[in-house]
Amino acid sequence: MNAFLALVKKDLILYFSNKRALIITLAAPIVIAAFFGSLFGNSDKKPTRVPIAIVDQDKSPIAKQVIAGMKEDSALNVLELDEAEALTQVQKGKVRAAVVLPPKFGELAGRAMFSANAKPEVKIHFDPTQSIALAMVRGMLSQHVMKAVTQSMMGTGGTKMIAGVRADVLASNDIPTDARKDLLTLFDSVERVQQSSTTATSSNKAAGRSFDIPFKTVTVEATGNVERKYNSYAHSFGGMTVQFLLFMGIDVGIGLLLMRRMGLWKRLRAAPVSRALLLGSTVASGTITALLLMCGIFAVAIAVFGVRIEGSIIGFVGNMIAFALLAASFGLLIAAIGKTPEATRGLAIFATLLMVMLGGAWVPSFLFPEWLQTASLANPARWAVDGFDAMTWRGLGLEAAVAPIGAMLGFSALFTVIAIWRFSWEE
Amino acid sequence: MLQVQHLHKAYAARQVVSDVSFSAEPGQIIGLLGPNGAGKTTTVSMICGLTAPDQGSVLLSGQRIDTDDSAVKRKVGFVPQDIALYEGLSALGNLEIFGALYGLKGAQLRQSSLAALELVGLADRARDKPDTFSGGMKRRLNIACALVHDPDILLLDEPTVGIDPQSRNAIFDNLETLKARGKTMVYTTHYMEEAERLCDRIVIMDHGKVIANDTLAGLYRQLPVSATLEIDVDGEVDIAMLKQLAGVKTAAQENGRLVVGVDSLSTSASTVLAWLAAGSHRVMRISSGRANLETLFLALTGRQLRD
Repeated sequence: MNAFLALVKKDLILYFSNKRALIITLAAPIVIAAFFGSLFGNSDKKPTRVPIAIVDQDKSPIAKQVIAGMKEDSALNVLELDEAEALTQVQKGKVRAAVVLPPKFGELAGRAMFSANAKPEVKIHFDPTQSIALAMVRGMLSQHVMKAVTQSMMGTGGTKMIAGVRADVLASNDIPTDARKDLLTLFDSVERVQQSSTTATSSNKAAGRSFDIPFKTVTVEATGNVERKYNSYAHSFGGMTVQFLLFMGIDVGIGLLLMRRMGLWKRLRAAPVSRALLLGSTVASGTITALLLMCGIFAVAIAVFGVRIEGSIIGFVGNMIAFALLAASFGLLIAAIGKTPEATRGLAIFATLLMVMLGGAWVPSFLFPEWLQTASLANPARWAVDGFDAMTWRGLGLEAAVAPIGAMLGFSALFTVIAIWRFSWEE
Repeated sequence: MLQVQHLHKAYAARQVVSDVSFSAEPGQIIGLLGPNGAGKTTTVSMICGLTAPDQGSVLLSGQRIDTDDSAVKRKVGFVPQDIALYEGLSALGNLEIFGALYGLKGAQLRQSSLAALELVGLADRARDKPDTFSGGMKRRLNIACALVHDPDILLLDEPTVGIDPQSRNAIFDNLETLKARGKTMVYTTHYMEEAERLCDRIVIMDHGKVIANDTLAGLYRQLPVSATLEIDVDGEVDIAMLKQLAGVKTAAQENGRLVVGVDSLSTSASTVLAWLAAGSHRVMRISSGRANLETLFLALTGRQLRD
């Protein structure tokens, strides 16, 4: 026991006496987690408006109403430009997309609702690197065009439009007699609404009567505490803690390889201590180091970035201990399968980056394709990230920590068994 | 007492140690002398339990090292060839960690650590870290780490590599002090002078085999010549013809240097030089000396010790 404690104490002194390395080890995950956290943003901040350009080649009241509606939309930042300038802005990446409302857009859009007349063609230039914004712009445009066209049709300005549509329907030979009759009845009804609207407008009683979106939305964050806003730093700190503590695990492994190169390992092996004690002390000191580093990182996350353990504190501590053990046994595995410190370091860093990327440490795993979400369950980093998410912003109970803790302990045992099996004891 | 009996070790098809046997009494220094790759380090590794022999055994006071945590290991101190120190710990910290591995604790650990530092002349640098030490001081601390638990047997694997003569002499003084205290030591080296100065008995190894095992006086008695001539010549010399000259017992040429073992310098030197001149070999440098272990190694293997 004396030898075991001496070895653990020695490792801790060596690790924590290197102040410069320690500061970097602590600062790196904090800085990067802060960056990722700010990037994904908190919900109490105003959402970033998507910049788009709009080109009005129509100049009709409907086009102006569409543009006005889009300008008022809190999700968009609309610039009115000519087509050439709009295209340039898209190409430069200054705006995500440019919407071109063509000549006679308003007139054709209204008539196209009830007849087979050609629909106006609205061109959308978009930045291919921001293609996700295209769907959003298309949706916003549909909403504002429908609103403007129906309001125009139901309002006083719709008389001419209905007259034009009625003429189209009467002139068309493609419409069956019954359908034509129904449409003409509909137009009569619309004209009556228009007339009542004119009367109401004069008395300001029915102003604004028109078609509109028939619902409104209320958003509620599904976080652990309904009174607390989601803190995007919670996920980023969990993810970066996982990444950098696995890096610490690499240091543990490389340290063993360096000891072997320096002859220190021979000296330890020549002493009357068992192999289990030598490897066990390495895992123990690595686990304690990882735990202390995690405490430091999460202390900053809580004190400075407002991260809270919304779920089970016992589950959170259990997750920390299980992950610390995982990081240390990962180091042991690296020492067992590595040949030289130099070659091993590069390979281990690459493997770790893959693990944390596929474990959802950078971006949440629910963004992955379904097959990858399933496959990533074989990745210990995924369980660690999920465990921290569950105990912090998801606010889940102790039962939600059981699976991640169990998985991490299982991986730790597997890594240790492989390490013992592969470890080269002969000098 | 240390008994090394018929050790064999092979890595794949390469036999690195073959039937190595010797023994050492308390207060004796045994020198394992041989060129690089002779199997000295592997032999020492097997003695201290780092490497399992394919055949043979090592007995320390009649007991084998049969497990990693065998109590017999407490009787052994090991000084590896590399400077095996924790640079982030003080000299005292290094001694205390290695002392703890051998079961020392508390006041006894502190006392033993300070005593080991005192022995190697580093007591005044106890709180300093090794990265502030000279190469010689690091070597001495390297030895102190193996002494902290007061072992009966000390295994030293080339402990003076890369240090200045003054530090080497300081280490020799330390080892002679330990010898006077009755410690058994196995000292590997490829420096003939070190073996000659320190060792009571010298085991000469080559290609994993023991080619001579005797006291220094006994080895000298095996010398086939009384003196050597070292001659730098141009061109390849016909060694077979040279050996036929009167008084010439051994001859070898490597990298232009001709090493000739003779019975008598006064009679043979002129014969050899005249023969070289007759063969149109230009002599660029000549030196002579008393025959030594190098000469013996040359006679036994046909190669020089420091190859």
